[in-house]
Amino acid sequence: MADTRDIELTVNGESHAANVETRTSLGDFLRHGLGLTGTHMGCEHGVCGACTVMVDGEAVRSCLMLAVQANGQEVTTVEGLAEDDGTLNALQAAFWKHHGLQCGFCTPGMLTSLTAFLRDNPDPSERDVREAISGNICRCTGYQGIVDAALDAAKTMQKGS
Amino acid sequence: MKPAPFTYHDPTTADEAVALLATHEDAKILAGGQSLMPMLNMRFVVPDHVVDLNRIDGIAGVRDTGDSIEIGAMTRQRDLMRDGVIAAKAPIIPAALHWVGHFQTRNRGTIGGSLCHLDPAAELPCLMALYDAELTVQGPDGARKVSFAEWPLAYMLPSIGPDELLTSVSVPHWGGNTGHGFVEFSRRHGDFAIVAAGALLTVEGGKITRAAISIGGADVRPIRLTDAETALVGAAPDAAENKGAFKAAAEIARGIEAMSDAYVSSAYRQRLAATLVERALSAAAKNLNGSA
Repeated sequence: MADTRDIELTVNGESHAANVETRTSLGDFLRHGLGLTGTHMGCEHGVCGACTVMVDGEAVRSCLMLAVQANGQEVTTVEGLAEDDGTLNALQAAFWKHHGLQCGFCTPGMLTSLTAFLRDNPDPSERDVREAISGNICRCTGYQGIVDAALDAAKTMQKGS
Repeated sequence: MKPAPFTYHDPTTADEAVALLATHEDAKILAGGQSLMPMLNMRFVVPDHVVDLNRIDGIAGVRDTGDSIEIGAMTRQRDLMRDGVIAAKAPIIPAALHWVGHFQTRNRGTIGGSLCHLDPAAELPCLMALYDAELTVQGPDGARKVSFAEWPLAYMLPSIGPDELLTSVSVPHWGGNTGHGFVEFSRRHGDFAIVAAGALLTVEGGKITRAAISIGGADVRPIRLTDAETALVGAAPDAAENKGAFKAAAEIARGIEAMSDAYVSSAYRQRLAATLVERALSAAAKNLNGSA
């Protein structure tokens, strides 16, 4: 008999109730339970960073958290980052402009990590950005475009606020 | 790459958690999950029961007791880095935490989880050795205190029973004119250290009056360099005069027992230990600031 629990959580502003098997990771629940396949499962042991989401505003590995542990919490995935009218937000637009992605596998984790990072560090140095994404592996870009995008987005966001 | 089925428990008190551990054979404690979850995902660990501590009130947070800092076992690494008491009384803790994983893993990882997982190269056990912190462990018969010196029994084996729970850690204040240094070397930022070294120095009247040095990653448990600590007392901490004293400490570090593995020989770990101990001491001598 599978061990299951009823959970309620908010994902990208929308409340969801579900019955989950307790061994299901938060990342697998988002993808398979809610159909939010923007979150990518890569290494599934906390190293690659692709599955990063925000839980109560803090960036965490969704492969290292059980769905049942997110009960009562607020989750933001890459699907929740765009502006309300569906246009790209400042960080996403900067990724586009600076070629901050190629295959796109790491992108959801990069965007969620950098969203939390730029909120806490609105005026980062290049070194700060490189440290912030040191836990997110990209095999395409060589990181330069991602770093440029993050620095550009920081400037845009400061002007906007 | 998915955990095998287990029965999940999320107690709301430490007593309830201990009772669950005493009732269920083959239970694993889930704290921040940054080590246990990978092992569950890869099925290196296949427990029948998982006891999650994340809903327990009262075993997280930082409190200044006057002569020590009391840290709840479920305090997240992120919160240790943001805490005002720790920044003022033990700034080596946030300095060392910068080396721990990445900010996303520090958002979940806890001090208690790290001390119970007891990876030989982890920074928090190395720091707790440096302070000889006192750990409080709760079991079915009540709480007991364990000095960190008695905590690591063997490779990744802390002195804790299957029905016991680490609830808090007490880090003594050093006070006085104290400086700190924490340095490590790893292949990539966020990897476990090949070797890490921490140092605390207290200076009164231009002379070192108290010193502590610990080395992580070299052996199965953190090493305190007590001979070097004793030898440093009485030496002058300023750069021109300390060369001999810090070099002597580095030479003692070179003589430690060190592990070897497929990537790193014991001789290389010993050389790193010598270099890093000297750097940690130099850093400590440079940031004497009245507290550490």
